Amino acid sequence: MGYEWDFAIVLRDFDLLWLGLVNTLKVTGLSLLFGVPLGLFLALLRLYGRWPIRLPAAFVIEFLRTTPPIAQLFWFFFALPILIGVEIDPFRASILTFSLQSSAFFAEVFRGGIQSIEVGQWEAAKAIGMNRNQTLRRIILPQAVKRMIPAFLERAIELMKTTTLVSTISYADLLYQANSIAQSTFRTIEVFTIAAAMYFVVIFACSVAIRRLEKHLARSGETIVH
Amino acid sequence: MSPVLRLEGLHKSFDNLEVLKGIDLEVARGEVVVLLGASGSGKSTMLRCINFMEMPTAGRIHFDGDLVGRERNGRVQYKEEELTRLRARVGMVFQQFNLFPHMTALQNVMEGPRTVLRCDARECQRRGETYLNKVGLGWKANDYPARLSGGQQQRVAIARALAMEPEIMLFDEATSALDPELVGEVLETMKGLAEEGKTMLIVTHELGFAYTVADRVLFLSEGRILEQGTPSEVLTYPKQQGTKNFLRGHGTFRLPEPQID
Repeated sequence: MGYEWDFAIVLRDFDLLWLGLVNTLKVTGLSLLFGVPLGLFLALLRLYGRWPIRLPAAFVIEFLRTTPPIAQLFWFFFALPILIGVEIDPFRASILTFSLQSSAFFAEVFRGGIQSIEVGQWEAAKAIGMNRNQTLRRIILPQAVKRMIPAFLERAIELMKTTTLVSTISYADLLYQANSIAQSTFRTIEVFTIAAAMYFVVIFACSVAIRRLEKHLARSGETIVH
Repeated sequence: MSPVLRLEGLHKSFDNLEVLKGIDLEVARGEVVVLLGASGSGKSTMLRCINFMEMPTAGRIHFDGDLVGRERNGRVQYKEEELTRLRARVGMVFQQFNLFPHMTALQNVMEGPRTVLRCDARECQRRGETYLNKVGLGWKANDYPARLSGGQQQRVAIARALAMEPEIMLFDEATSALDPELVGEVLETMKGLAEEGKTMLIVTHELGFAYTVADRVLFLSEGRILEQGTPSEVLTYPKQQGTKNFLRGHGTFRLPEPQID
């Protein structure tokens, strides 16, 4: 019996796996880049818009949060091009899907963070004549963002794991590369072991960073920044 | 000269609970008015209506001779921008200090001039230092609120309000959240402002302070002004039963003058 491990064959294609990891990080990073500001925007609409704005914003957020990401991905990749008559490549479809999908989650993180700030902060700002935008920008968001950092990074990790779905529309992320190497070398076990290890290293490093940061924030006290 | 502040038939209800049942009041420039009353008598609500932290249900508020809002069919309508501009001219100090925890003492004081008045950097710095020094905390300029005692935090909050150079200062139980040994420094600061001629409207439970600092004392009961007059008239020779009961409650236990030097 006994399986004969052979990593050498697989490691010859390591540059392909590396390219896959880079692509995974690219999709994750760009989705964050668009998703976070969009999330803030959605959160503000949901919190402070009048009802004709607030309700659609809430609907969009809930819709994106409750539908399977893979269904969203397929919709943007297969359905949207038919509707608008323009071809969308896997990369663009991925960015589009995960920017929107993560924005819904970030919107809720922002909303929670903003609502966690004591009403006294709003009142103090109001009392010196600040309007709502000034209060949000100068007083509320700087404090809220600090409280949100752990939840925020948690979501970013979650996002990176979810982006493995892009392999289903043939975007060459880490999982996709692993799969194609497995098919050409028949070294399925080794390839996926290495791919898993690569995911593990990146994501575990992130979680360690989060835990450090959380500890640091706890030490510095809720009320002190710097 | 018109009074800084004039309230006419001010009413405020929360749902079905009527908290203010018609308040009429004029505050002259430089006058120090202390509001007394049992909890629930409406004194904090009255203060909070004056700078529109709460919206009055009915009545008119005149500031510097001008009606705040626009009257239509007997009802006053308010625009948020107008209220925001008004609040910049009215200082308020809260029971819970409410300093901005992510800013240093100096940054807290400069925030209004900077963001609301859009003063240039030099003017912001000048105001920040001037008013922080005025409350005796220039040496704490670069400390964050969490590093300050309650009394120091409240003094920074006073400086923050003063930095807007407001025409009237409102104090909403500014010493109620403080440990007893820290009350004195805040009252001293307030007294200093009164002596400088700041117009002040003060809600407090410190009767001795009211007696010393007030030009006029109002006693509120069940949403109305029950009695008003000089500190001596209201606090020493009260006429109304409600005022007498209140003062009796406060005077149950009394210390003979402590011999300290």
